[in-house]
Amino acid sequence: MSVDIADLVASLAAAARPEEQIEAYASRGSSTEVRVWRGQVEHFVSAASEGVGVRVVSGGRTGFAYAGTLEADAVAEVLAEARENVAYGTADPDAGVAEPDGVEPVDIELWSDELDRFATADKIELALELERMVLAMDPRIRVDDANYIDGGGEMAVATSTGIVRHRRGNSCHVSVSTLADDGDETQTGFGYSIGDHPGEFDLERAAREAVERATRLLGAEKPPSERTTVIFDPFVTAQLLSIIGSTLNGEAVVRGRSLFADRVGDIIASELVTLIDDPTDVRAYTATDVDGEGLATRRNVLIDAGRLDHFVQSTYSARRAGVVSTGNGVRGGYSSTPGTGCLALQLVPGARSRDDLIADVDHGVLVQSLSGVHSGVNTVSGDVSVGATGMTIRNGALATPVREFTVASTIQRLLTDVVEVGGDIEWLPSRAAGVSLVVRDVSVSGTS
Amino acid sequence: MIDGDVLERVLSAATRRGAAFAEVFAEDRRSTGFSFDEGRVDQVTSGRDRGAGVRVVVGDTTGYAHTADLSEASLIAAAEAAAEAAGVGDGAARVIALDGSGPRRHPVGEVRVDPRSIPKDARVDLLRAADDAARAYDPQVVQVSAGVADSRRRILVANTDGLHATDEVTRVLFRVNVVADADGGKQTGYQSMGRTIGWEAFDEYDVAAMGSDAARQAVVKLRARPAPTGAMPVVIARGTGGVLFHEACGHGLEADHIAKDASVYAGRMGELVASELVTLVDNGSMAGEWGALGIDDEGHPTQHNVLIQDGILVDYMWDHLRARDAGRAPSGNGRRESYDCLPMVRMTNTYVLAGPHDPDEIVAATDHGVYIAELGGGSVNTATGDFVFGMREAYLIENGRITEPLREGNLIGNGPQVLADIDMLAGDFAMGSPGTCGKDGQGVPVGDGQPTLRVSSMTVGGTAA
Repeated sequence: MSVDIADLVASLAAAARPEEQIEAYASRGSSTEVRVWRGQVEHFVSAASEGVGVRVVSGGRTGFAYAGTLEADAVAEVLAEARENVAYGTADPDAGVAEPDGVEPVDIELWSDELDRFATADKIELALELERMVLAMDPRIRVDDANYIDGGGEMAVATSTGIVRHRRGNSCHVSVSTLADDGDETQTGFGYSIGDHPGEFDLERAAREAVERATRLLGAEKPPSERTTVIFDPFVTAQLLSIIGSTLNGEAVVRGRSLFADRVGDIIASELVTLIDDPTDVRAYTATDVDGEGLATRRNVLIDAGRLDHFVQSTYSARRAGVVSTGNGVRGGYSSTPGTGCLALQLVPGARSRDDLIADVDHGVLVQSLSGVHSGVNTVSGDVSVGATGMTIRNGALATPVREFTVASTIQRLLTDVVEVGGDIEWLPSRAAGVSLVVRDVSVSGTS
Repeated sequence: MIDGDVLERVLSAATRRGAAFAEVFAEDRRSTGFSFDEGRVDQVTSGRDRGAGVRVVVGDTTGYAHTADLSEASLIAAAEAAAEAAGVGDGAARVIALDGSGPRRHPVGEVRVDPRSIPKDARVDLLRAADDAARAYDPQVVQVSAGVADSRRRILVANTDGLHATDEVTRVLFRVNVVADADGGKQTGYQSMGRTIGWEAFDEYDVAAMGSDAARQAVVKLRARPAPTGAMPVVIARGTGGVLFHEACGHGLEADHIAKDASVYAGRMGELVASELVTLVDNGSMAGEWGALGIDDEGHPTQHNVLIQDGILVDYMWDHLRARDAGRAPSGNGRRESYDCLPMVRMTNTYVLAGPHDPDEIVAATDHGVYIAELGGGSVNTATGDFVFGMREAYLIENGRITEPLREGNLIGNGPQVLADIDMLAGDFAMGSPGTCGKDGQGVPVGDGQPTLRVSSMTVGGTAA
């Protein structure tokens, strides 16, 4: 009864007429989300989804349609609609689906049988155990929610140019949000742990982080406004790397929206900065052997010791730029066409611990969380201004908690002002890995 | 979408293990989107999403499962999965026979011109008009992209309280993004329009004017100077600052945060939580507005809810579960992104009513500060009340006059403090541009609005020394 999605996309791609190119993408997956609160399951969501998206290119024009089902009549309708939509596109000589490029996907295992077999009752128990652990650590702590989340499934992509890929993968993580109370004051924290399967979780560490992040901020005040040295904690650095990655995007470059266009070969960052997009590294939460267009992913050194080496490219952006795809076609699922983007960023770590980094700072701020990243960063102009919480650093040690302030700079200056990269690389449930990062001359705005 | 007798059998299956409440939510959504970039139609997309979710509540535990297949067998399987997830209970929910007259309809506004009747070529003409106007505005405009989209979303809700309701909502959206380039770097401009009506929205809005306005914004910012740092008075133009209330207090007034004591507004009912100038309303029944809907995603009709009256907190926003626990009626604020999501307490159209001041007088009364002509998005930590929002177009105020443009950045403040610090509020109320509110990974369309206002002190996140 269940459709074979590899067969489905292959047959859609094979339906291409002589003047057409077709790319078909289908996926099927399921996920579980358990949320507990006060020792009880607050909700348990058991989700299953499937769908297909078809892109038709003819005479340089592109049409796309999708449906959140794999029923035969709906699939036929999707192909017909995508064809109909072609008529309204404008011809673009560089439009087209990916072509086989001879690069074989790396052999990495993204599926865990152990996770697949993990029992429902055990998922609930993990979330409950995380909540209990957090509550036992500090009497000032409450839990807002503790969660176990997993997802798994398969995707298949096929093109009329001869690409056929089918893969499966699954992943899981736990997270907890905390509240710390002291009189009328409340502060918040969070912790998380990822693993290929639940046996790899470090609940103790997730709990301790969530407790420390919240309790550390009790009594926090606004810091004075000044230009100072800032240490971004690994979670925060990961958010910044995602922003930086979006400016190293070949599609933004060809469309005139990248601040680093025409800078390939230039020094754009401190020589301490080597930024790599490597979805073939299985430690990355978003590791994958195949990109959204069916090409093999690969390790791309984007910034090499401060020098801009190259941009990430999809088939389209590469054609326009006169280069080849770097295997960075990204897609949000069956309901969208592939775009261009980084898949799994990491900064090559330094050697020293966070404590060593702090010990070297006479006067500065440790930033432990950011807010307003989507509203306060413009990746075209490079302006960065985000809300933050953290601790002041005085004479090489953490001093007092601070909140309700902003940190501001530009993407260009953040990269050149890096003083040190920590050795504490952390793998997070995101498209970028974290590491402590020391940046000088950042504007902190708090009290006047 | 689903017959009444099938719904009854699905609800029976959902309550077989003993449940306090069960619900079926079905959705059929069709959308069309045209995107335009670099002077050409980049992509044309058609989409269809259809499915149903079954929610089962046992004690304080909610189980949820969904299916993209609306056959009775699949719905029953989803009901059994949700019931199993919720666990065994001694709840008394019995399926009250649904009214044989079929689901009740609650239309919000009227769609005069069905977008499906509009030829696809006409959409291309709109996009081209905005692109032409933006490029004609100034030679420093180097890149324009635009999009036009419409969607029709039909929903059906039936639950063990005997509720059986349906709704159909049509939305149209138009946006223009502009990049201007000069020696000093690139800058961006953005304008958008979103309405919960049909194609007649384009009779009200001139897409060419939106294109030239987005271009003007990008070009103005080419000569922008770094925003100041530190705390200072902030004046926010009408129809653009609703996001301030959305973040400063909107999220904090959602009953799920209140129930967990994870909001600075918990336990403050009847207290003064804002300047006496402030009356805040959330109104999902505001026809035509981006956050409008006839019924919420739990089947309850949307309504006009006063949350803050003359500075005093008078109500929170409620969904089914939180209202049930509090022994009161829901307020039409239970929403979900789609059938694969659980409903949550969400805002709809959130706005502050007009005040006594004159907008020019507000600027003239400000010696030194920031004037925000257009806000960007924002976010809030409801437990601490700390929130941020972005300024997309802003100027310095010097000696009571609006002077130089400023580069983008965030402002940061604490909700209750900022609400108390609103010291001037004008009479020029307007609704703002369409927004998408994100919460727990779900995005829903929301509207907001407010008159010109002043906050006596907020921290501006600039880089100027």
